[in-house]
Parts: sequence; structure tokens; C-alpha cells
Amino acid sequence: MPTLAHYLLVSGLLFSLGLAGVLLRRNILVIFMGLELMLNAANLSLVSFSRFNLMEGLPNYNAQVFVFFIITVAAAEVAVGLAIIVALFRAKQTIHVEDLDTLKF
Amino acid sequence: MQLALFCAFSILTLLFAAGVVFLRNPVSSAMCLVMSFIGLAALFVTLDAYFIAVVQVLVYAGAVMVLFLFIIMLLDLRAEKQRSVKLAAWVGGGIVIGGFVSCLAKVLASLPALQATKPPLLQPDINDVAAIGETLFRNYNLPFQIIGVLLLVSTIGVVVLSRKELK
Repeated sequence: MPTLAHYLLVSGLLFSLGLAGVLLRRNILVIFMGLELMLNAANLSLVSFSRFNLMEGLPNYNAQVFVFFIITVAAAEVAVGLAIIVALFRAKQTIHVEDLDTLKF
Repeated sequence: MQLALFCAFSILTLLFAAGVVFLRNPVSSAMCLVMSFIGLAALFVTLDAYFIAVVQVLVYAGAVMVLFLFIIMLLDLRAEKQRSVKLAAWVGGGIVIGGFVSCLAKVLASLPALQATKPPLLQPDINDVAAIGETLFRNYNLPFQIIGVLLLVSTIGVVVLSRKELK
């Protein structure tokens, strides 16, 4: 039977994979996908806590409402982020983060 | 049976998430991310969160990833040419992530409260859409309205950001 520790370990591994994508890849779209992986890892964590800490025999729905809000905010963030990436591509014709160096110190 | 299903879905999710990070072609990464989201929705179903699982598939796999694929097709990207792979960066990233996962495993093993299996629900088939709806509209009504305003603002922002310059 999977315990809470199993679910949290999966969530942690998913978060670290997303973190690896953000730190190590240089394609800005794949970096963005790593961000989405990290958000989903947090969602998994919240839903597993909601199921394992019961309130009067039912899952704790506050955490699931939180997940609903996180999914909504992530969708809005993806829309705006992709619009920024498209504007960046129009200006610079590149999607490699290493080519974006005009603000470099 | 439950453990086998949990292991199958979590391995599916983690394998495709690794595919997102390590594949060269951005379209392959996007497809792997879709499969990862579907695996995650299956994990939500094992946790009896049916509404969240369906919302995950509808919004994340259905809308967000379609948007990603539109943009990838719009920008007409090729697979990443092999630029010089900085070994130091990969080793450093590996150390950071390995450190994080080992600390997490140590904390998870040390807390006895986390070793508990799923407590049984009052009734086996719960109507969680109704329960989430009640919680959302009774206790979190103001954040819900603010989320509506946020979505409006982000839509307007997307239109403004994607305008072509008028010469």
C-alpha cells in the first residue's frame, strides 16, 4: 500500500527533474516546461496531503481548492510567458538563453 | 494491487518527465510532458481526487500543452544543435539535485507520521465535485473572483504583448 512518504518522494523527484530542466537546458521553451513540472510536483504534494489528513472522514478540500487555484494561475502564466517568448523571438530570432545577453553585467 | 498501480503510474510520470529534460527536440519534450501530466492525473485518481484529475487533464494536458505546441510550431524550431556541452554545469546540476533528493529521502524516512497508509474514507464513493464547489464558493469566494480578474488581465496582456509594431 503506498504511504504518504511514497507520494511525497514521487513529488520530490518530479520537482528535481523540473529543476534540472530549468538549470541545465538552454532552450527557453524547455525551461518553461521544467517550470510546469515543478508546479505539478507541488500539486501532487498538496493532493496527497489532502487525502492523508482526513477531516471528518473526508479529504481536506482546502488543499484541493488550492490546487485548483494553482492550475488556474499556471495556465495564465503559461499564456503570458509564451507571449513574451514570441515577442522575444520576433526581436532576436533566437530561443537560446545564451544569446540573450544585452542585460549582462 | 494499489501498490502496483501506484508504482506503474509514478514510474510512467517520472520517466516522461526525464524525457522532457533530456530529449533534444522540443516537440518530443512537449509530448513527453503531456504523457507526464496524464500519469500525474492517474496518480490523482489513486488519491481519490477525481475532480482535480479531470481538471488536470482538461486544463494542463488539454489547453496549456496545446498552447505550447502552437508556439513551438509557430516559432518553427529545429532540434538543438549540439553546442558545447559544459560538463561543469551538468555535474553541478547533478550535485544540487542529488543533494536535494537525498535530503528529501532522509526526512521522509525519519518521520513516522509519513509511514501511515491511506486512512479509509467515510463512504467509498465521495462526491468531491460538490464538496470542492462548496469549499470554493463558501470559504474562498473572494480569491475565486480575484482569479477571474487575473485571467482577464492575463488575456489582455497576451493580446498586448503579441501585437506587431505599427510602423
